[in-house]
Amino acid sequence: MIPASFDYVVPRTLQEAVAELVQHGQEAKVLAGGHSLIPLMKLRLSTPSFLVDIGRIENLNYIREDDGHIVIGALTTHHDIELSELLKQKLPLLTSAASQIGDPQVRNRGTIGGASAHADPNGDFPACLLALDAEFTVVGPKGERSIAAKDFFVDTFTSSLEPNEILREIRIATPPPGSRGTYLKFSRRSQDWAIVAVAAQVRVTGHEVTQVAVGLTGMGSRPLRASGVEQALRGKAGHDDELRQAAERAAEGTDPPQDLNGSPDYRHHLARVLTRRALEQVTAHH
Amino acid sequence: MRRRVAVTINGAKHEHEVEPRLLLVQYIRELAGLTGTHVGCDTSNCGACTVEVDGHSVKSCTIFAVQADGAEITTIEGLAKGSTLHPLQQAFWDEHGLQCGFCTPGMIMAAKQLLERNPNPTEREIRVGLEGNLCRCTGYHNIVKAIRCRTQGAGRRFLTEGEVRWRFHN
Ligand SMILES: Cc1cc2nc3c(=O)[nH]c(=O)nc-3n(C[C@H](O)[C@H](O)[C@H](O)COP(=O)(O)OP(=O)(O)OC[C@H]3O[C@@H](n4cnc5c(N)ncnc54)[C@H](O)[C@@H]3O)c2cc1C
Ligand code: FES
Ligand code: FES
Repeated sequence: MIPASFDYVVPRTLQEAVAELVQHGQEAKVLAGGHSLIPLMKLRLSTPSFLVDIGRIENLNYIREDDGHIVIGALTTHHDIELSELLKQKLPLLTSAASQIGDPQVRNRGTIGGASAHADPNGDFPACLLALDAEFTVVGPKGERSIAAKDFFVDTFTSSLEPNEILREIRIATPPPGSRGTYLKFSRRSQDWAIVAVAAQVRVTGHEVTQVAVGLTGMGSRPLRASGVEQALRGKAGHDDELRQAAERAAEGTDPPQDLNGSPDYRHHLARVLTRRALEQVTAHH
Repeated sequence: MRRRVAVTINGAKHEHEVEPRLLLVQYIRELAGLTGTHVGCDTSNCGACTVEVDGHSVKSCTIFAVQADGAEITTIEGLAKGSTLHPLQQAFWDEHGLQCGFCTPGMIMAAKQLLERNPNPTEREIRVGLEGNLCRCTGYHNIVKAIRCRTQGAGRRFLTEGEVRWRFHN
């Protein structure tokens, strides 16, 4: 299958890339790893007439710790995230999600910036980044601005990026010692997208749950926070029955889709079960 | 607007003027004339088109040739040394790791990356590592067996289908 024809530029800097987007307006699209955009273009569901390939801009592929934050460049691949020693130590939620995306070939090409900007409601990183209260640093014609995760993911395939803005970096406050995270994904075959998935980041200090964040994939047109679960668990001791009761609230207020993979009821059930398992996993041995 | 793309494929230089929408797999098959890389699904799922670009396995139906400009590419044709098969090719031969052979180039390229990253994978790791590759003949058992015999675990008794299913799901 051959995409509709388009023109193509390879800017060397973010400023050049933004200038190209400004010049070509609605016709233009950013190309990063291409693993969401190219399949859409081959099906001609997307027909941009101008592609701005940001793949060769230097210094957009990094994972580092800076002033109490983990910062990840937009061009960092899923594979780099999966293997990062820093993230394995400090943000295993992200390495665990990365390792479950697609397959090794997809992870070699796909980028966290593309996965965020694409805002696929079944994508794996968005729910994690929402649970981690990530900040998105974006560059546009008027300079830089920062967008909180809760405002970044707007709707199916829609982020709050303007068409002439480029996501440069994702910043996440380094979780304090003792905070633990995991991503549990349910799909029928190993390479598939999530039917439902749950991102959990929890800290138990002494006998008190001092931090709890739960993000949901596949439960609506964008990633959601399971705020009922968070409320129910915050301040509790984290005993098994408390985890179970909190997890029962995972689907509260959600309106998940009906599709070939399952009914809304089935997704509600998956959200509750996966939330319970995730909470049990991150609080084990406390 | 056509663009000049220069790549090295299996050590040989290639240079062509192409439309930006040309997929890398078309470049490899139609311009470089290397038809060992197959197109199975053309929708990024089956892995038959897997090649290595700068040391990373990729699905060449999901990357534009222009994105690979300047890259070192390895395809299935680049693995054998003269008439001596690459150890993985030999293993697929010995263990009957192919039936129609359509998925085989992609399977071997994916297996090559898998063993480079993890020289001694468990059976489960092999199966999970091949999640991006489909075999329409469903000959997975012997594919896994072929890869298994290239690892340090080689020589151990191979599990029966029932045991594999049990282990995989537990
Ligand atoms: C077979 C297959 C299986 C997959 N399975 C999964 C899965 O299980 N889970 C999952 O989460 N994902 C999955 N994906 C999608 C994959 O993770 C993509 O890599 C990712 O969604 C998009 O990243 P990309 O770098 O490839 O972006 P691209 O495809 O290049 O771009 C996607 C969109 O984001 C925009 N964009 C990209 N980067 C930026 C930027 N820095 N600033 C502004 N806009 C930008 C583009 O304009 C485009 O609209 C799968 C993909 C394939 C092909
Ligand atoms: S042809 Fe590329 S993945 Fe199937
Ligand atoms: S051997 Fe026929 S598709 Fe795998």
